[in-house]
Amino acid sequence: MSQLPLIQANELSVHRGTDAILQHVSLRIHPGEITTIVGPNGSGKSTLLKALVGSVPLSHGSIDRQPGLRVGYLPQTVNIDPTLPLTVGRLLSLPKMVKRAEIDQVLAQAGLSDCADRPFTQLSGGQRQRVLLARALLGNPQLVILDEPTQGLDQPGSAHFYRQIEEIRSELGCAILMVSHELHVVMASSDHVICLNGHVCCAGRPEQVATAPEYRALFGTGTQGALALYRHEHTHHHDH
Amino acid sequence: MNVLDDFLWRAALAGIGVAVIAAPLGCFVVWRRMAYFGDATAHAAILGVALSLALDVSILFGALAMALFMAVSVSALRDRGYPMDTVLGVLAHSALAFGLVAVSFVSGIRVDVSAYLFGDILTVSVTDLALIACGVASVLGLLVWRWNRLLIATVNEEMAQAAGVNPKSEQWVLTFALAVVVAVAIKVVGALLIGALLLIPAATARRFAGTPEAMAVLAAVFGVVSALTGLYVSWYLDTPTGPSMVCVCAVLFWGSTLIRKTGSVV
Repeated sequence: MSQLPLIQANELSVHRGTDAILQHVSLRIHPGEITTIVGPNGSGKSTLLKALVGSVPLSHGSIDRQPGLRVGYLPQTVNIDPTLPLTVGRLLSLPKMVKRAEIDQVLAQAGLSDCADRPFTQLSGGQRQRVLLARALLGNPQLVILDEPTQGLDQPGSAHFYRQIEEIRSELGCAILMVSHELHVVMASSDHVICLNGHVCCAGRPEQVATAPEYRALFGTGTQGALALYRHEHTHHHDH
Repeated sequence: MNVLDDFLWRAALAGIGVAVIAAPLGCFVVWRRMAYFGDATAHAAILGVALSLALDVSILFGALAMALFMAVSVSALRDRGYPMDTVLGVLAHSALAFGLVAVSFVSGIRVDVSAYLFGDILTVSVTDLALIACGVASVLGLLVWRWNRLLIATVNEEMAQAAGVNPKSEQWVLTFALAVVVAVAIKVVGALLIGALLLIPAATARRFAGTPEAMAVLAAVFGVVSALTGLYVSWYLDTPTGPSMVCVCAVLFWGSTLIRKTGSVV
């Protein structure tokens, strides 16, 4: 990739009290690339995404963004209190009004239709994730950041969700940075994998990471089958 | 004859003013699950009352200052890792206790504490009304101005941040608005019942509202109806006015749950 990165983290560290959550993490996200962060619980994956969005203060390091970078973000948990009457359309129209046509467009891209007028809190878990994905797609983002977007989805549901994300990438040409637990799916659909455990253990193309000793040490060798799946699925479309 | 010469008119206007700002703010209190925070702010205001009496300044300023101080203490303690409900429980009750003790020290003349605990709307002066009007203008202005930003910060802090809204600033907007409401409402319903005026109309409105704006407006309507009906009831039955207003709020809420049950509305 010779293009300038959209966003670049330089040696960033984040502390909560005296505990180091992230230490000297550096990464670059290039246009159009799907990057997945994997790592055990408590490895700082969500914190890294929040730091990139700017909602967590850095104790060290810096983040360089391309000037005027448009970022869409899907947070890990969105607990909207059921006492807050909010339709899907209205949720997408916060804090700025968005035209109805654009709302319908991003909802369609996220695989939902005819739900702009439904109350958000009455949707199923999968529908909510899609609404939040749609929200992240508003305003034609160059970078879409997704924090465990398939939480609460069953296996077919999450497989479908990842296909949707690949489609969105090829349709919009945006870069995607996500956190995921589903290693086999991650391996199948990412251009770049970062294995995080407070620091970057290893990073690279999925096949490189999957064979790295650091990755094996964290996840064991149980992902061999997933790697085979990765190779199998990706013989026909890759590096476009 | 000027209507402001009549204490009943002054009381009615004061009730309307407080209800109109308490209700929309109460919606945020409900949406953000800050009910206990409202109580803590109100209890802190009693300490503010004591300080105002001791320093001989307007009660409004004392209450406002202590309510803001309470908000600062809450966020400082929360940042140290105490659970929110513990922090609020500790601060709310200690502020009330210290306030009551402090009031007992103030002045040789016995101060009627119950006026501050339960309100004394029938003694609202023209000056009080002017202060309430300022409070109404500032809180409504603030809420209308920041409405969408407040909503997205309520939905999710990181989502707000990603959309260019600083959730911490919005939290302070609400904190300040809450302090103003508490300060002007002390005279009307008293520190112990402000929480009711915030919460109950908002909770009543929820069943009938499809949008956040509708809920805020409806809550304000329920609040005003409760204030005026409560005033009327207390006049005819010779009951304490602040508690009577809250009773009407509660009856409206109860009524709304019955309507929901029969399925005739919404």
